[in-house]
Amino acid sequence: MSSWPLLSLVTFLPLVGAVFILAIRGEQAVVSRNARYVALWTSLITFALSLFIWFGFKPGTADFQFVEKADWIKSFGISYHMGVDGISMPFVLLSTLLTPLCVLASWKMEKRVKEYMIAFLVLETLMVGTFCALDFVAFYMFFEGVLIPMFLIIGVWGGPRRVYSAFKFFLFTLAGSVLMLLAILAIYFAGGTTDIPTLISQGHLDPQLQIWLWLAFFASFAVKIPMWPVHTWLPDAHVEAPTAGSVILAGVLLKMGGYGFLRFSLPMLPEATHFFAPLVFTLSVVAIIYTSLVALVQKDMKKLIAYSSVAHMGFVTVGIFTITQQGLAGAVFQMLSHGIVSAALFLVVGVVYDRLHTREIERYGGLANSMPRYSLVFMVFMLASVGLPGTSGFVGEFLVIVGAFQVNTWVALLTASGMVLGATYMLWLYRKTIFGALTKPDLKAMADLELREKLVFAPLIALAIFFGVYPKPLLDIMGPSVDHLIQNYQLALEAGHLPSLAMLLH
Amino acid sequence: MSLAPDLAAAAPELFLACAAIALLMLGVFRGDGAGRPIMRLSVLALIVALLLVVFPMGGEGIFFNSLFIKDVFGNFMKGLVLVGSGLTILMGWRYVERERMDRPELPVLLLFATVGMLLMISANDLISLYVGLELQSLALYVAAAIRRDSLRASEAGLKYFVLGALSSGMLLYGLSLVYGFAGTTGFTDLAAAFARDAAAGTPVSLGLIVGLVFVAAGIAFKISAVPFHMWTPDVYEGAPTAITAFFAVAPKVAAMALFVRVLMGPFGDLVGQWQQIVVFISIASMALGAFAAIAQSNVKRLMAYSSIGNVGYALVGLASGTEAGIRGVTIYMAIYLVMTVGTFACILAMRINERGVESIDDLRGLSKTHPMMAAALAIFMFSLAGIPPLAGFFGKLYVFLAAIQAGLYGLAVIGVLTSVVGAYYYLRIVKLMYFDEPTEVLDRPIGREVGLVMGVSALAILLFFVMPSLVVDGASAAALSLFAG
Repeated sequence: MSSWPLLSLVTFLPLVGAVFILAIRGEQAVVSRNARYVALWTSLITFALSLFIWFGFKPGTADFQFVEKADWIKSFGISYHMGVDGISMPFVLLSTLLTPLCVLASWKMEKRVKEYMIAFLVLETLMVGTFCALDFVAFYMFFEGVLIPMFLIIGVWGGPRRVYSAFKFFLFTLAGSVLMLLAILAIYFAGGTTDIPTLISQGHLDPQLQIWLWLAFFASFAVKIPMWPVHTWLPDAHVEAPTAGSVILAGVLLKMGGYGFLRFSLPMLPEATHFFAPLVFTLSVVAIIYTSLVALVQKDMKKLIAYSSVAHMGFVTVGIFTITQQGLAGAVFQMLSHGIVSAALFLVVGVVYDRLHTREIERYGGLANSMPRYSLVFMVFMLASVGLPGTSGFVGEFLVIVGAFQVNTWVALLTASGMVLGATYMLWLYRKTIFGALTKPDLKAMADLELREKLVFAPLIALAIFFGVYPKPLLDIMGPSVDHLIQNYQLALEAGHLPSLAMLLH
Repeated sequence: MSLAPDLAAAAPELFLACAAIALLMLGVFRGDGAGRPIMRLSVLALIVALLLVVFPMGGEGIFFNSLFIKDVFGNFMKGLVLVGSGLTILMGWRYVERERMDRPELPVLLLFATVGMLLMISANDLISLYVGLELQSLALYVAAAIRRDSLRASEAGLKYFVLGALSSGMLLYGLSLVYGFAGTTGFTDLAAAFARDAAAGTPVSLGLIVGLVFVAAGIAFKISAVPFHMWTPDVYEGAPTAITAFFAVAPKVAAMALFVRVLMGPFGDLVGQWQQIVVFISIASMALGAFAAIAQSNVKRLMAYSSIGNVGYALVGLASGTEAGIRGVTIYMAIYLVMTVGTFACILAMRINERGVESIDDLRGLSKTHPMMAAALAIFMFSLAGIPPLAGFFGKLYVFLAAIQAGLYGLAVIGVLTSVVGAYYYLRIVKLMYFDEPTEVLDRPIGREVGLVMGVSALAILLFFVMPSLVVDGASAAALSLFAG
């Protein structure tokens, strides 16, 4: 398989599917049905191909693997360069796994199915490309291109306030990203190339320049992750997006911010990262505690989970900026686990929303009686979100807190309080919807999970529990890359002059 | 001395001028009914001229007693102008016929305007610059007012004429000051004189700077950069849509090429003097283009403000005053041309019950009634907003690349932030087409030409990222040629 351009195949195969769907003509119902099947099969084949990446990946090295390189814009030395390392590879799989599940979860959607499926396949291409691209310009194109299909998904298939949410999502993210574009150009002139591995290995940029570049990158990634106080687009986007849109948004799109920190801010701007770490800790801790409290008073299920996402991503940023083995591995693990668990939670909400067309927590209660299987699924993901030992949520959060303790006890303490608050709002949500007396007549009639829904949840449950009990495969894959990152970071700090506030004011 | 090399160098211009005169004769003898054949022949003439530009007779150099320059930059820009003129005439003709403006003089006027644009681009002397510019402007004043019975169109034509004449006056005043203080009108001599002064450390005289400011203001008028933009929205809105489409494309490219030629050629050594002017008008254009467009509900006015903003982005490249900057301008104008032609093809197709409509609300729910047209317009809008992987992103990438390289960080930051504001109104059109329900259904687009232009430009914008080198390499060679001499 090594001679095959595997990454390009996985990246662009969904696009081929999208073109196929575009070409489907005929009667409305037939077109819709064919579009669904083409989308499902394309995304399944893409997932199957991406499994080759998983099994062909050689752990134990921090090098980029499956590397492909071709000239693209020769006069600027911009190339089409793809490759994955231990940090990006799991995200590729996360993207390829969630897309078929999204297609399956929106099987009953009747509104403009053809366009819907095209949007999701294009989105998959862009997501996978973002994690595979090893050239700055290519990365930016994928990263930013995601906005177009997501804008349409929220705006066309969303809820009542979809227009407002779609615009907010688009403009917030765009405002952050354009500054990153300037930083990329500045790095191009400082480093003479847009090739990411070259830039990482050749390293040293002027610390004063680093400060500005770091802020520009931060503007983009902090909005994307999102960090407090620029998180406000997320609850709106989540609430209004269709179920599958929320799944991709929470499952993959938020991770692009964290991935950006790991791929660019840390290795390329080590001094600035050191300088700004306290700022990130402060914002993250505020995010964890503040958004957890906000989640406690939500009346809308999706909004509650959206705020919990902000809190969970706060763990991620704390973990990344501890720059310790545990913290970084924990952050990556937490991102992957959150990708599975929060995606699943949005699907869980989607199941009852499909039946009752409301997400108001008050409207539910006592579902344990009428939908026992559903309640079980919900419980697993609720507990994984809380971070119960034995679920994947625990591993990530535990590692992050261990990492944080090595850096700053207060940060660790406040971060850990997020776990308690997380348990509070998730258990409250679960009690309100699942337990209690089944009094409302329309709830009594609600059908339990059907086969299609079980198929959607089965892989997610398996993964959430498997990686909770046995996290080693994932940790082994990311381990060398994380080590490499830390080594480089420490070398840079020893060699370089740390920037200070005085320098900034120069 | 033989005249042959001079004539060969100006072959596209000469051919086009002769063709225009011949077509005028044809129109005179055949009467009003000859509109369509003359239109067809004029498009053919533009294609032949384009071939003459692409496969030039004779080499590059300076001709006609150094009044006329032929170089790669000129050829690239001429190619853009001819493509822009040809496409806009072709796609606009059905509209012109429907609106009963299909008099034979219209295509002839547009051909004369195009000849003027080619001359502007090749100007190597202040006099030939002015003659080219006026030939273009005079023909366009008439074209704007071609619908004599429409109050709005006449008003637009008059407004365009008065303000254009004012700007020509300013330009002429500036030119005379430059001549008075430098003693020559030739670009080559001017450049040599300024280079000598710069080497000797002689300070630039105040009169010359005043002249330079007036020249810059005069040309800024033509490219509709802020603060000389006031005519643009009114003329865009008032003129018949087919004419507006023509205005929005070729003259903008030609005037921008002229601006580049003048500032980088004779005044290349005075970069310290004009850079702050260009930075200012660039920032002002980007900001005004972004903020003023938000409140517009007429799609042509919206495109007017959009073009003001786009000129601002192109000027970011010029402001850097480097080879990379000129390459950025060239790429930007090439992409701008395709996006604008495509967008106007969509606007030309906006008709309800046989009548052209111009409100953006008429686009509501277009994705349901005309999915392909909606998709094309969405591509143009996302591209104008600068979202990758569409071509508009590359245009912005290259101008900002030049700005960063030249150390103009403030300009670059303001530029990208205004592009976010600008994204809002482009997205509003996408929102109307995709998020809203249709109210009135647009007619089927008339004629194949509009659909063809729309489809081809949409594909070009969408797939630009696959082979960006096609345009980028040409633009690099063009920019290099300005710096070689």
